Amino acid sequence: MSDLTRQGLNPLTESEPIDWSGRQAVRNRRRRRRADVRLRVYGVAAIAIAFGVLAILLVSLMSTALPAFTQTHIQVPVDLTGEEYAIDADDPGRANYRAMVRNGLMDLFPDVTGRTDQRALFDMISAGAHFEVRQRVLDDLSLIGRTVTMALPASDPLDQLHKGLVETGLPESERRVNDQQIALHDSLVDRGLISRPFNWRLFFAADSRFPELAGLRGAIVGSFWALLICFLLSFPIGVAAAVYLEEFAPKNRFTDLIEVNISNLAAVPSVVFGLLGLAVFLNLFGLPRSAPLVGGMVLALMTLPTMIIVTRAALKAVPPSIREAALGVGASKHQVVLHHVLPLARPGILTGTIIGLAQALGETAPLLLIGMNAFITADPGGLLDPATALPTQIFIWADSPERGFVARTSAAIMVLIGFLVVMNLIAVILRQRYQRKW
Amino acid sequence: MVSITFLLIVGIAALGFLWAWTGARKQETNARGALAARPGYHGAYVALWTGLPSALLVLSWIALQGSVIDRLILSTIDAINVATLSAGERNLVLSQIRSIAAGNLFGQPEPWLLAAGERYGRWQTLAGQALLATGFAAALGLLVFARTRLSPRFRARHAVEHVISGLILASAAAAILTTGGILLSLVFESWAFFRLVPLGEFLFGLNWEPQIAIRADQVAGEGAFGAAPVFAGTLLIAVIAMAVAAPIGLMSAIYLVEYANPHVRAVVKPVLELLAGIPTVVYGFFAILVVAPFMREIGGAVGLDVSPNSALAAGAVMGIMILPFISSISDDALAAVPQSMRDGSLAMGATKAETITRVLLPAALPGIVGGLLLAVSRAIGETMIVVMAAGLIANLTANPLEGVTTVTVQIVTLLIGDTSFDNPKTLAAFALGLVLFVATLSLNVLALRIVRKYREKYE
Repeated sequence: MSDLTRQGLNPLTESEPIDWSGRQAVRNRRRRRRADVRLRVYGVAAIAIAFGVLAILLVSLMSTALPAFTQTHIQVPVDLTGEEYAIDADDPGRANYRAMVRNGLMDLFPDVTGRTDQRALFDMISAGAHFEVRQRVLDDLSLIGRTVTMALPASDPLDQLHKGLVETGLPESERRVNDQQIALHDSLVDRGLISRPFNWRLFFAADSRFPELAGLRGAIVGSFWALLICFLLSFPIGVAAAVYLEEFAPKNRFTDLIEVNISNLAAVPSVVFGLLGLAVFLNLFGLPRSAPLVGGMVLALMTLPTMIIVTRAALKAVPPSIREAALGVGASKHQVVLHHVLPLARPGILTGTIIGLAQALGETAPLLLIGMNAFITADPGGLLDPATALPTQIFIWADSPERGFVARTSAAIMVLIGFLVVMNLIAVILRQRYQRKW
Repeated sequence: MVSITFLLIVGIAALGFLWAWTGARKQETNARGALAARPGYHGAYVALWTGLPSALLVLSWIALQGSVIDRLILSTIDAINVATLSAGERNLVLSQIRSIAAGNLFGQPEPWLLAAGERYGRWQTLAGQALLATGFAAALGLLVFARTRLSPRFRARHAVEHVISGLILASAAAAILTTGGILLSLVFESWAFFRLVPLGEFLFGLNWEPQIAIRADQVAGEGAFGAAPVFAGTLLIAVIAMAVAAPIGLMSAIYLVEYANPHVRAVVKPVLELLAGIPTVVYGFFAILVVAPFMREIGGAVGLDVSPNSALAAGAVMGIMILPFISSISDDALAAVPQSMRDGSLAMGATKAETITRVLLPAALPGIVGGLLLAVSRAIGETMIVVMAAGLIANLTANPLEGVTTVTVQIVTLLIGDTSFDNPKTLAAFALGLVLFVATLSLNVLALRIVRKYREKYE
């Protein structure tokens, strides 16, 4: 309005008719239309930026994760014939497997002599390879007394080299494989002794200091236990609290306090819940550090507000006519809720629960504070054993200096996001299947 | 032993249910007058009376058992004078005893330690057995007690519903309990901290060097706990995050509400929400893997020295994280403006852009401001992105290319590793946590108040 008035075009005060096709008016219209287009472009640009960042995030993580899904193996002839390595069928766990692997490597390259050259050779195989040999012998005692060719995991630098991730053009001192190792690698490739199968260890091995041996099983098991505890605590308490607030609560100061509290709790930073867990569960009650039980309890406290809020929404969606009909035929208030309202609200409650658990699965900070970031090479057997969880495993790996862990961190993120996607899909399917219009 | 006890209680409660249920059904079929409640309620009454109190008893036993045994064990030690030990030394002795009891011997422990460890193990088994016996006896006794109260005239449904009412009320009160727990633990530990470090120095001191000697012979700083640089760093990163998230979030919300057709909206909204569903540890890794090196390169190209842990990288990624939050709140605020205001403005001949900037935005402003405040509170409380991508060293600077540290980073780094509750290093984390809690809480309350006030306008 003010613009129009300034230009003397106010029809209320001017008796003269407006010249809508005059130069001034056309320019004015154009300017205003340009402003409109500009705003629209800003909007599209904002969305494009958000989409672009999401795409960069996913693509960069996927492309860095890719190398971790395969693992380079070297075919090494392992001599299991006895005397020299003190291998004994009665006690097969104690032989000198390290020497076996090393001698096998030397058999592959008889012309490598001299200490430094041999060390370069030994560095090609994973420092944990002899445990693998030992495990295979323990699994199959009939191997003893034969020479068996085993595919053993290559060390991280060689793995990187074989995947083409090492810039061989750099000066020798600036890369982690030396020229000799490159030559040995090429010879292995020529002889067909190197293979790159799918890296099952990534899912089925526990954590390790050596990236080529590290896997996520411990973290997945730990996350499972923590989430189970989180569900067992937050689901019944959350649903019960929501039922109370939605169906039974009188309007008084106490219920007001509860409501304000729940909305506040939903906004408390997660790290504060970690502090609570540390001070109360660990310090006051003396529960063990790094235990999935404590992790689950802390996550449950965090998930509780979400649980209550979604359950209340689901209960609210059940029309009052259902309640009135049940009350009308003589049901008690508890029977109305238990027999009619809750079953009808179940799909909503379930989808909300899954979404709440998905949030808890990705939560890291509170788990760090109660010590679920321990380095553990065996998966937790119970609720009180030290454990890690998926997100804390990602945090540990992201901190590790070995280059192989970069790919593994991304791969672990892919696994975590995979779980989240599956959970959200289940929630969406549940919602679609059971959604009803009243 | 604990799980066996719980299983036993559940089993006895189930038995109680069956017993009362079949009994009630028998009475029903004998038809000497109808029962006052359905047989199922008889069963539930006995099961609740059996299970709940005994489970509570066992839980409180477990909560107390550890500290009681610890105290008893310490009182039996004669070789050293326990009363003169500090809390830390006492904990050390106890953990040695515990590891001996668990069968892990390190080196050659002194004989009194060995004896105490052996005694500890013995007492623990004894306590476990006593727990089992107590749980069993309590459950059985309660079962018999509840069963004798049953009769055809007994209104079991009322009794059961009473118990359930109590249970759901207790569940609702869990929220208060949690808040109380947070406040008490933060205030309690911060109190201990402020006895060591004065409040004024903590809030306004300019030197933050929490590295202190834990052993007497260790080389380390004295420890300085002036948290002002930490607060400044938190603010700097939050400001950067908001500078990224606010315009992008607001613009996308405007576009989605006012310009986009429903099909575009149906696709774009869920994808934006996807950004909110990504775990923050993933954003943190993204920041160190992609964003920070990228910014270093850009900075290098124009001759700027960008720190590897620049506030800019951490803040920018955090902005991406809170973007969907801002956009969905602005979306709600814009959508809540009545259609008549849009129609009125358009009828006057205003273009869409004029309608948006001069009518809708002012009308939706309180809601948007509330949303922005909530986003600031999130940015301040966000942990993993800054733990992974921001620096560790407190640095009082306004230069976004340098590394700064934040409150959450300090909390996490102070508490990772071994923690004992008697040194200022650990306690400082709780003081920072208290500040964080108070800051985010007041921001949230303020935001909710603004949003609520605005809503009343149109209802």
